[in-house]
Amino acid sequence: MDSTATQLPAEWRDFFALTKPRVMSLVVFTALCGLLAAPGSINPVLGFTAILCIAMGAGGAGALNQWWEADIDAGMKRTSRRPLPQGKMERQSARDFGVGLSFASVLLMGLAVNWLSAVILAASIVYYAVIYTIWLKPRTPQNIVIGGGAGAFPPLIGWVAVTGEITLMPVLLFAIIFMWTPPHFWALALFVKTDYAKVGIPMMPVVAGEATTRRHILVYCLLLLPLSAAPWWIGGTGPVYGISALVLSGAFLLLSLPVAFRSRSGDDDGMKPEKRLFAFSVLYLFALFAALVADRIIWGQGISI
Amino acid sequence: MSLTPEEEKEIRRRQRSRNTVLALVLVGFVVLFYFITIARIGGQ
Repeated sequence: MDSTATQLPAEWRDFFALTKPRVMSLVVFTALCGLLAAPGSINPVLGFTAILCIAMGAGGAGALNQWWEADIDAGMKRTSRRPLPQGKMERQSARDFGVGLSFASVLLMGLAVNWLSAVILAASIVYYAVIYTIWLKPRTPQNIVIGGGAGAFPPLIGWVAVTGEITLMPVLLFAIIFMWTPPHFWALALFVKTDYAKVGIPMMPVVAGEATTRRHILVYCLLLLPLSAAPWWIGGTGPVYGISALVLSGAFLLLSLPVAFRSRSGDDDGMKPEKRLFAFSVLYLFALFAALVADRIIWGQGISI
Repeated sequence: MSLTPEEEKEIRRRQRSRNTVLALVLVGFVVLFYFITIARIGGQ
């Protein structure tokens, strides 16, 4: 089976799978929200192009991540069915595909939209593929905090695609996703931690222990509460966003409490609070950014795309 | 390592579907670049 698998040319679906389509859906959504919430207007074709470039850049970075981590992915249940561990394509093909997508996305962004957003897009790809994947992820249990920076770029880039300048608001959007990522991912890491231990990635629960990870989750959820409402306090949004942010972050914090303060290991109840926190974290980000756009539409401040 | 007719057929099928997808992507970019050009000219 393996010998025939390497002889056969890869299917286009295998290349598509390299772009991490599920991660990309969150990337596209937050980028689109950043673009829609930004003051000013952008030609719809150029707005579409900006989102396409952000998606292509994220896909390229995802492919480079899988090129570099093929051996690690093979050792974990969650990732073992990706194209490279399955032997569905040559490793170099994934690298070339990733490099090609990355360059194309940055060039297109610069030529079609503006060069500031292209430069930030390039920085985000290098940040994810090199600084995070290659350098820091295998070296520090703070890897998720660092990786969160990569996921925080899309709304910032979407915003800058419209305005052409970096202001406090898009930086706050960046900070919100940055703060959201650790509790989001550590909740997941708590219930798949055995996998990470096996492949030698120093995830927080493996290296520093569960108790530390649970405390960290709580701290980030606490910090997220005022931070998520900050766009309202600085006058960047109206109360529709502000109150949504407080309610959503409050619920996120409440759900993190049973995760933070339980003494049992959680093996006996199937890690239910952790799984609930993880599921809510995805909903949280979608709802928060939807509220941001809804706020902008209701207050009629710039939705003239 | 000679290929069986089945393998030969499967290889051709995969190559054809990859070429089709690549053609669609390229045509899509041609159309997109056309509209980007129109938008950029109109915006000046």
